[in-house]
Amino acid sequence: MIDYSAPLRDMQFILDELADLEGIAGLPGCEDASYDLVSAVLEEAGKFASGVLAPINQVGDQQGCRLEKERVLTPDGWPEAYDQFRDAGWIGLSLPPEHGGQGLPKLVSTPVWEMWFSTNMAFAMLPQLNVGQAEALMIAASEEQKGTWLEKIVSGEWAATMNLTEPQAGSDLAATRMRAEPAADGAYRLFGQKIYISYGEHELTPNIVHLVLARLPDAPPGVKGLSLFLVPKYLLDERGEPGEKNDIRCISIEHKMGIHGSPTCTLSYGDSDGALGYLVGEPHQGLATMFVMMNDARFNVGVQGVALGERAYQAALDYARERVQGRDIVTGVAGKPILIHPDVKRMLVSMRARLMAMRGLLYTAAGWFDIARLHPKAEVADKYRRYVDLLMPVAKGWCTEVGNDLCDEAIQVFGGMGFVEETGVAQLFRDARIITIYEGTTGIQANDLLGRKILREEGATLRELIADFRKTAAELEGHQRLGDLSKPLNDQATLLEETADWLLAHKADTANLFAGAVPLLHLMGIACGAWQMARMALAADARLAADDSDPSYLEGLIELARFYMATQAPQAMAHGHTLRHAGPVLTRISDRSL
Amino acid sequence: MKALVAVKRVIDYNVKIRVKPDHSDVDLTNVKMAMNPFCEIAVEEAVRLKEKGVATEIVAVTIGPKAAQEQLRTALALGADRAIHVETDERVESLGAAKALAKLVEQEQPGLVILGKQAIDSDNNQTGQMLAALTGLPQGTFASAVNVEGDKVQVTREVDGGLQTVELTLPAIVTTDLRLNEPRYAKLPDIMKAKKKPLSVTTPAELGISDASRVKLLKVEPPAERQGGIKVGSVDELVDKLKNEAKVL
Repeated sequence: MIDYSAPLRDMQFILDELADLEGIAGLPGCEDASYDLVSAVLEEAGKFASGVLAPINQVGDQQGCRLEKERVLTPDGWPEAYDQFRDAGWIGLSLPPEHGGQGLPKLVSTPVWEMWFSTNMAFAMLPQLNVGQAEALMIAASEEQKGTWLEKIVSGEWAATMNLTEPQAGSDLAATRMRAEPAADGAYRLFGQKIYISYGEHELTPNIVHLVLARLPDAPPGVKGLSLFLVPKYLLDERGEPGEKNDIRCISIEHKMGIHGSPTCTLSYGDSDGALGYLVGEPHQGLATMFVMMNDARFNVGVQGVALGERAYQAALDYARERVQGRDIVTGVAGKPILIHPDVKRMLVSMRARLMAMRGLLYTAAGWFDIARLHPKAEVADKYRRYVDLLMPVAKGWCTEVGNDLCDEAIQVFGGMGFVEETGVAQLFRDARIITIYEGTTGIQANDLLGRKILREEGATLRELIADFRKTAAELEGHQRLGDLSKPLNDQATLLEETADWLLAHKADTANLFAGAVPLLHLMGIACGAWQMARMALAADARLAADDSDPSYLEGLIELARFYMATQAPQAMAHGHTLRHAGPVLTRISDRSL
Repeated sequence: MKALVAVKRVIDYNVKIRVKPDHSDVDLTNVKMAMNPFCEIAVEEAVRLKEKGVATEIVAVTIGPKAAQEQLRTALALGADRAIHVETDERVESLGAAKALAKLVEQEQPGLVILGKQAIDSDNNQTGQMLAALTGLPQGTFASAVNVEGDKVQVTREVDGGLQTVELTLPAIVTTDLRLNEPRYAKLPDIMKAKKKPLSVTTPAELGISDASRVKLLKVEPPAERQGGIKVGSVDELVDKLKNEAKVL
């Protein structure tokens, strides 16, 4: 596979023109995020991703991890890469300076994480866990707990994990059985088994800090009875250093389809006296804490969709420029690269259009995260909090599904060589397959979008978003050069409006409604993508008028928007039809007929 | 001892270079630029000298347009203490660069000047040598090893015949070759701190030199496309073709 080339120009364009980096840098605490600094950070991250993470990606896939007598051995290069990543301070990128981080906004960390995932998703999953855990500890841990654990998680000196899943409790955490019994000095002993724990065991750091959901003896049933515990691999001695091994064993690692470099562990807690752990936050409030983290984690998984899609696209484009095969269908001339074939060009342009649409959505939403967190005016912060909540399932659900499609199509561009592991796109396809599943499956995201985000609030925030679409469409109407984009965008807005009306009118028809949840998710993703492409065209046109030093790039973006409207946007209409009509038929089909 | 490190902004070595349709120059529009790889090695060497306690201050300098300040910020993030930008929009040529650097050597009085052996855009391999001539300082070029001891520096040079080690009395000029070191990656906290390090701007005029171009670029052509090879039937045929067609014998 060709070397990764960080798409800095695309990223910078979206940061500046769609996500309003300048505005975000004006938020309290974000003053460091100037154009020059962000450019320097992205440049260096690109170098690191290409120079350190990319070279060990295939090795990680080929070697995978091994379990030897409860020790997990990671692929060659992992320890050195982790040391470099940690020492370079990348983990603390967006974490608060008072805990050792650099405090940069989410808008800046998002493109950086895109680069880590593009070059080595299996590796990047490790430091990602530290960021998530740091955020959980900041929300829920006591000052004393923060003093003991937080700084080393932010610095990466110790590694982190999230322990939710059990054999009988996956999408449904209410079925969690792990139990915590009070022990001495306010601590607890935990007993039970957790599965699918990424980096649950390894030797890359002197300690691993597990955050675990478990039930206290007096816990109410269901999800309201889950508490959060911090359970270290090594208990700390009097000096606060890793000492005695805790009662946690890695009893197996999964043999997976992809992300082989990431050890996916089954952890057994309490085979002996019980694993010693510390309650984080209030009893029975564990899931609430986890939910705040999960929203953030969901967003990151959406970024994985773009990241893997981007890498696959780069590889496919490079191949299509080099590989000579077939005759030009118009002129009959042979000896040209396959990029001249309309079908191949269509695939590549389509991939690029979807990548830019997703990136537009994700980076804009990253900026909304920052506004929601930091804006001094409550009504502005609240508005963008609602926007983030509404779009989170779309960011995760839609961008992961499309990311998989992109990896799949990249293999198609490669032809037979794509199916051969050596070219590397097969690995991207395999690595991508998990992203529509973990952190809440597409189905779960869709149910969240429909039930919690639209129906529960009578579609209020959705209607505000639709109004934003209309505003953009109004800017396009009567535009000298981009007028043709107005109607397609308005059509998307109308489709969303009519869909929202229909859903609310049929609210009581639960089974049929939720049969259409995933088509709804796709519809919303495509529509949001159309909006971002329209905004992109407006921004590109404005830049062309101001300074025409690189017309081909900017004109390319405008034509890409047209391509999206012509080929992607209409698919939303099909989903609109599906979500209304699938339900009733589904109910009539008996399980016995399958 | 102060170390002066000169860096140049060039096309990123990964970029596939295209020639302008009118063949007047290489097409630089919106092309990715970066620090010259040999200059990265120069910065790394200076930083290592500082870590060893040999260099007490590292001053990074570049001659180029406003955008070249990005490369100075990179040098500052890697460990340089301050930076000097000699701002010019003219094409930077070896003699002009050497003259500007000679003025800065006069001003800054460094113990060591470290430059990349050549820039990957012009490939001239002249600036360090010209600077030595202008300042009268000793030079150790194509360095694959640098060892400072007291007021002397031993430079191991990669030459056609192998390795040659010369001993120079400081202050001296060193140009770096590929195998001298492997440059580090900048750390995020250092990238953030680099913004606050001093960066002063001057011009060739202020230094009392002219930055006028002395070289006229007539034409740029991409390398000739590879022709297919042919098979010959015998050694005699080969010799004949080498003599009469390829004209290399």
